[in-house]
Amino acid sequence: MKQRDVVVHSGRLVDPAAGLDAERDLLLRDGRVAAVEMPGGLRALQETELVDAGGCIVAPGLIDLHVHLREPGQAWKETIATGTRAAAKGGVTTVVAMPNTLPVNDSVETLAWMLAPERDAAVRLLAMPAATRGSLGAELTDFAGLVRAGAVGFTDDGKPILEDGIMRAALVSAAREGVLISQHAEDTRLTALTGGSSGVNAGALAFRLGLRGMTIEAEARLVERDIALLAEIERNEGLRPHLHVQHVSTARALAAIRAARQAGVHVTCEATPHHFTLTEDAVRGYDTNAKVNPPLRAAADRDAVIAGLLDGTVDCIATDHAPHAQHEKQVEFDRAPNGLTGLETSLGLALCALYREHGASIADIVTRMSTNPAALLNRSDLGTLAAGSAADIVIFDAGAEWTFTAGRSLSRSKNTPFDQALMLGRVRTTLVGGQVVYTDPDSAPS
Amino acid sequence: MVSAKATGPHSPGSLLSVEDLSIADVSTLLSLTSRLERMQHAERSQLLSGRRVALLFYESSTRTRTSFELAAKSLGITTTLVSDKSSSIEKGESLKDTGLTLRALGAECIILRHQHSGAPVLLERVTGLPVLNAGDGTHEHPSQALLDLRTILTRLPGLERDVVDARSLAGITIVITGDILHSRVARSNAMLLPRLGARVILCGPKELLPEEAFGLGANVEIERNFDRALDGANVIMMLRIQRERLAGLELDLTGYMAHFQLSQDRLRTHAPHALVMHPGPMIRGLEIAGEIADGPQSAIEDQVRHGLAVRSALLLRALASADETRRLAGEVRL
Repeated sequence: MKQRDVVVHSGRLVDPAAGLDAERDLLLRDGRVAAVEMPGGLRALQETELVDAGGCIVAPGLIDLHVHLREPGQAWKETIATGTRAAAKGGVTTVVAMPNTLPVNDSVETLAWMLAPERDAAVRLLAMPAATRGSLGAELTDFAGLVRAGAVGFTDDGKPILEDGIMRAALVSAAREGVLISQHAEDTRLTALTGGSSGVNAGALAFRLGLRGMTIEAEARLVERDIALLAEIERNEGLRPHLHVQHVSTARALAAIRAARQAGVHVTCEATPHHFTLTEDAVRGYDTNAKVNPPLRAAADRDAVIAGLLDGTVDCIATDHAPHAQHEKQVEFDRAPNGLTGLETSLGLALCALYREHGASIADIVTRMSTNPAALLNRSDLGTLAAGSAADIVIFDAGAEWTFTAGRSLSRSKNTPFDQALMLGRVRTTLVGGQVVYTDPDSAPS
Repeated sequence: MVSAKATGPHSPGSLLSVEDLSIADVSTLLSLTSRLERMQHAERSQLLSGRRVALLFYESSTRTRTSFELAAKSLGITTTLVSDKSSSIEKGESLKDTGLTLRALGAECIILRHQHSGAPVLLERVTGLPVLNAGDGTHEHPSQALLDLRTILTRLPGLERDVVDARSLAGITIVITGDILHSRVARSNAMLLPRLGARVILCGPKELLPEEAFGLGANVEIERNFDRALDGANVIMMLRIQRERLAGLELDLTGYMAHFQLSQDRLRTHAPHALVMHPGPMIRGLEIAGEIADGPQSAIEDQVRHGLAVRSALLLRALASADETRRLAGEVRL
C-alpha cells in the first residue's frame, strides 16, 4: 500500500546543510522530502497526514556515530529493537552500531544478520564492522566485501587498533574503500600498567578514592601516533585516509587534532554528552553508572571539549551508548564494566550545556548532531531536509525543560548517571523515511 | 551545570570514610570510647545484648577482625564471621547477594573488609544497613584513623583525650612513611588528622607516593627525604610495603631500606622523642628496625588496645539510637 503524504507544518526549519533557519512547511512523499515551502504553501494539498510542529524546531534527524546495540550475543543488555526505540525517543534517526558484539561483527554474515529486517530496527541502522578479525588487532577484516555489504567504516571499538603496522594498513585499506577508520584512542600499553580500563581519571581524586586512574597520555599518545600515520600515508601512498577519533576527552588530544587539521590531514572527531557535561566528580561516590572509558575528566579537560565543540574542532556529538544490566553495574567499582546509556539524553544535554550555557545556536547543535555526522559518512541524502533527501526528521521544543527518569527509558538497560537530571529541549516527534517512529505521549496533538 | 545524582551514605550509624565524620562526631566517639572503657563489664555487656552483627571479610586480617569481634562481644552483641574462603563467595556470589543474605539472617550491621575500594558504599546502598568500613582496597580504614588519633592523644603529653576540636593537634607534626600509594591507613589518617590541626608529612619514593597525594587535603605535605621529614616530628607512622598490591611494580628493596627504613640510628639522630606507630602487619627489619618496635618510643601495642576500645564506640553508634549514643558519651563530661 502506498504511504500517505505527510505535511509537517508551522515549525521552524533548521537545516544548516541547506543554509536554512526559518519557518517552513515540508511535504514528505515516498520516504523523501518532496518539497520545502513557505508557511502555508502546502495548505491546498488534499489527503495528507498533518504533523503540527507549531512552536518547535524541525531539523534533520540526529545521527549517532557511536552506539552499542549489543546484538548479536548480549540481548540481556540491549537489542537492536530496544536500542533503536530509545534512539527514536531521543530524536536519533540513524545509529551506527559498533562491532564489539558476540561474535564480533567482523564478517559479511554477521553484518548481514545485524542489518536484516528481522532485527526490527525502529530507525536507520548502519554498522561499522571490526577493523581486525575478532578485534584482536592482528589481521585486517575483508574491507572490500564488508563495504559492499553496507559497512560505513571500520573500528575495533572497545579496544584501540594498537600496532603501528596494523593501524597503517587499516587506514590505507579504508582510504581505498572511501570509508573512515574510527579509533578508540587508548594506548593500552600505558593503561595496562595502571590497571587497564579503570574508568576513572588519573589524578588527585582517583588517588583519594584508592582507584587506579587512566592518564591523559593514554588517549593523547595514540591520537598523536595516528595523526603521524595519516601524514606519512599521504606522503608515501598518494592516498588521503580519514581518521575519526572517538569520544575525545582531553585538551591534549584536541590540541593534536586541531594542529593536524591545520596541517591539512583528514582527521575528524566526536565528543560525548557525558564528557562535555560531567567531570570526574561524578565518580566520587563510586557511582558505577559514571564509570566509562575514556573516563570523565577534570574540569579543565571538560572545558576543552566544550571549547572544541564551540570552535568546530569537534565535528560531532556521539553518545557511545553502552547499555549494561543492573546486575553487571551493581558491583564493586573496579569490577563494573565501562559505559553508560545515552541515546535519550544526548539532545537534552547538548541543548542544556552548549545552547543555554555556552551560547551555541540551534543550528550549531544540529550541525554537530546531524549535518556533520552525515558528511563524515558521505551520506548526502542524510543530515539535511533539502528536497530529495531522506525524510528523517526530529521535531523538538527547544525551550521545554524536563527531568530525565532512567526507569522510563526505552533502552533495556538503565545505566546512566543522568537519572533525574534536568534536560532542555523535548523531542515531540521523530520520523524516519517519512513515517512517525516516536511521538511524545505528553504532547500528542488531539 | 548538569549534575549527576549524588550518592551519600543513607545510614547515620555507618562509617565508610573519615569524611563522614564531623569534628563533633569524632569528639563524641572519643568520649564514648572512654566511657565504655571505664564501664563495668556487667553493665557494658547489657548495652547491645542480643543484637546481631556480621563480620564480612574478603581479605585476611588479625587485628581489625579480632578487635571488632571482641568489641562486639563485650557489648553483648552476637557476631558471625563470613570470610571469602569457606563461604558462597567462593562460588561466585556477589557482594550484593551476600549482603542481602546476611540481612535476611538478621544482621543489623555489617563490618566489611574488602579488596576493592568503595565496596562498603555499595554494600550500604543495597542493604540499607549501617556498614562499618574495616578497610576497603586502597581507599580507607577509618576506624584505624580513629584509634591512631586516640593513641596520639593518649601518648603525647598535654593533650586532652576525650574532647577534640579543630585545634587539638595544633603544633603536632605527624610523618607517615612508606607505601602511601597502597595504604588505606595513610589516606584515612591524612584526611582526618589535619582537620584537628595536625601537620601531616607524607614520605616515600615516587613509586609509592605519587604527587597526586597532595589531593588528600590542606596541611598535607610531601617530603621525599626521610631524615628531613623526621626532624621535628612528634609522631612517626611507618607502613608496610604491600607486595600483594604492587601489580608489576619493581621496587629495589635494598635502596628502599637505605632511604626509608626507620633504623635506630635514624631515630636517635632525627627524632629521639617522637612516638613511633605502625598499623600492622609489620615486617621487622624492612620498614622498621625490630628494636624500635619493642622500644620505649613504640606505641604499636597501644594502637591495638585503642582499636578494641574505639571499635566498641563505633558499634554502639551503629546500633544504638543517636540520643542513647550522645547520652552515654555525655556522661563522662559531668
